[in-house]
Amino acid sequence: MLVRAEETTGTPAGAPAAARRQGGGATFLWLLAAMVAVGVVAPFFAYPVFLMKVLCFALFACAFNLLIGYVGLLSFGHAMFFGGAAYVCGYGIKTLGLTPELGILAGMAFAGLLGTAVGWLAIRRQGIYFAMVTLALAQMFFFFCLQTPFTGGEDGIQAIPRRPLFGVIPTTDDTVLYFIVLALFLAAFLLIYRIVHSPFGQVLKAIRENEPRAISLGYRVERYKLLAFVLSATLAGMAGAMKTVVFQLASLTDVAWQMSGEVVLMTLVGGMGTVFGPVVGAGIIVAMQNYLSGIGEWVLVTQGVVFVAAVLLFRRGVVGEIAALVKRLRARGEG
Amino acid sequence: MFELIGVPPAVLFGQLLLGLINGAFYAILSLGLAVIFGLLNVINFAHGAQYMMGAFAAWMLLTFAGIPYWAALVVAPVLVGATGIVVERLLLSRIYHLDHLYGLLLTFGLALILEGVFRSQFGSGGQPYPNPLPGGQNLGFMFLPNYRAWVVVLSLVVCLGTWFMIERTKLGSYLRAATERPDLVQAFGVNVPRMITLTYGFGVGLAALAGVLAAPIYQVSPLMGSNLIIVVFAVVVIGGMGSILGSIVTGFGLGLIEGLTKVFYPEASNTVVFVIMAIVLLIKPAGLFGTAK
Repeated sequence: MLVRAEETTGTPAGAPAAARRQGGGATFLWLLAAMVAVGVVAPFFAYPVFLMKVLCFALFACAFNLLIGYVGLLSFGHAMFFGGAAYVCGYGIKTLGLTPELGILAGMAFAGLLGTAVGWLAIRRQGIYFAMVTLALAQMFFFFCLQTPFTGGEDGIQAIPRRPLFGVIPTTDDTVLYFIVLALFLAAFLLIYRIVHSPFGQVLKAIRENEPRAISLGYRVERYKLLAFVLSATLAGMAGAMKTVVFQLASLTDVAWQMSGEVVLMTLVGGMGTVFGPVVGAGIIVAMQNYLSGIGEWVLVTQGVVFVAAVLLFRRGVVGEIAALVKRLRARGEG
Repeated sequence: MFELIGVPPAVLFGQLLLGLINGAFYAILSLGLAVIFGLLNVINFAHGAQYMMGAFAAWMLLTFAGIPYWAALVVAPVLVGATGIVVERLLLSRIYHLDHLYGLLLTFGLALILEGVFRSQFGSGGQPYPNPLPGGQNLGFMFLPNYRAWVVVLSLVVCLGTWFMIERTKLGSYLRAATERPDLVQAFGVNVPRMITLTYGFGVGLAALAGVLAAPIYQVSPLMGSNLIIVVFAVVVIGGMGSILGSIVTGFGLGLIEGLTKVFYPEASNTVVFVIMAIVLLIKPAGLFGTAK
């Protein structure tokens, strides 16, 4: 099975369950507070559009991580939910005149429906087959987007207006929009945390650890997997729709398979199966793309090298390795 | 000239031939994937990039060294296969004890590196490669270009040869045994790690051979592999990964179906393979020739 860190809590495995839960909760709250603080202060130091890009991809990676980190399913086709929702949201806002919140909801609804169909097909296979099936279906969706008229083909949907949120809050100012995106991201992030730490999330982890045992305990594994897939797809759709509102653009890049690869990379670098890993990973990869854009095609090479290095050297990801280090230090301190 | 279901026969057979040629590439590539997967348990995501390297190797041999197509047909797969051996020794051999998914991720990273290097050296545009077998035969109902006939014949020979080697020879029986119980085969004195290394080299060589075959037909471009590999993955899912024969039959069959779709409903020709994959998954999740695991 995939390596994973104990949810970034860093408490020793021997501690009583109740204390561990409490300790984990406290660590989580501190880290969450730190993340919110960084999020609030950040626009005064960095370009808000760049930060919004990080947030959109962080949410995308968190949604992806819900599947790989907690159910052990590697989806290589998540771009179809991200990009599909981006198109639906863009079309809704530009052509149908929807407000941003309705556009995002429409995108999420579409991603959820698409996720139901794709998930229903894909969970028939496991492991690498699952990865290949999702990749192939995403490629089919890519060709669909290339040919259907409403996506604008090679041009995509451009110049999507930034309408006021709920019809009143202006979104044309980047800093204002940044705080809206931050709020949406935090809401979705907490939702994912809640899902993972609910009884439902416990069942998902049980399936990841030992699927035959979960079946023998009477859990209808297929349903749990499908629901997790749909949730992940919907949240990935939310990320894509938010990205459309921010960049006023939905294009083929969003549905291309390279996008699916990027989200895998972000999660892998940050740490699969950790709560904060995907956020850190998204920050690293988006920053890398931003600052390395001058070297042209070598960005691709750099990404590939990071991929290989992550698999060979730090499979737990940045956050996972730090958590493991903290855990080791604490164990030594107590022992 | 008669008409067949409202389509001129020259068009129909022309597309069927194109389909057969695409099918030949699908078959060789999914065969290479199956051979590698069988022994290494790794889905070689870099397969498309290695196919592209094969085409580039042929092009570079011709452009920089003047080595013609017929020699490249042997030299290029050997060279690219050798890079595969290096990759296996340096990288892949370190992750066999891990989940299959890491093999997929590692080779995906490798594919990005290869594609990026070739793109930065040669740009995204294609390089032409001269046709070594110009001309063709007029069969009465259609025109058959010589080179395309050669591609279909050679790929059939290679596919059946590989099938024969694996299913009917002693070496093949070692391979199949090592797939089941590597520890036991090792105990009988077979050098399993070396066999794994050579198998990866062979699989990569197969991909490169497909690349050399493709060079005179398609443009030699850094993108040629990444677009093809996903269709090949769909072929693999449809055929079922366990079976050598499955990859060959499914590869050619799907190429033909794609060709037919181009004649009757061109809009769907890009997606028909994936639609078939969805249908097959509904009916037989393990694939047409696969065994449920």
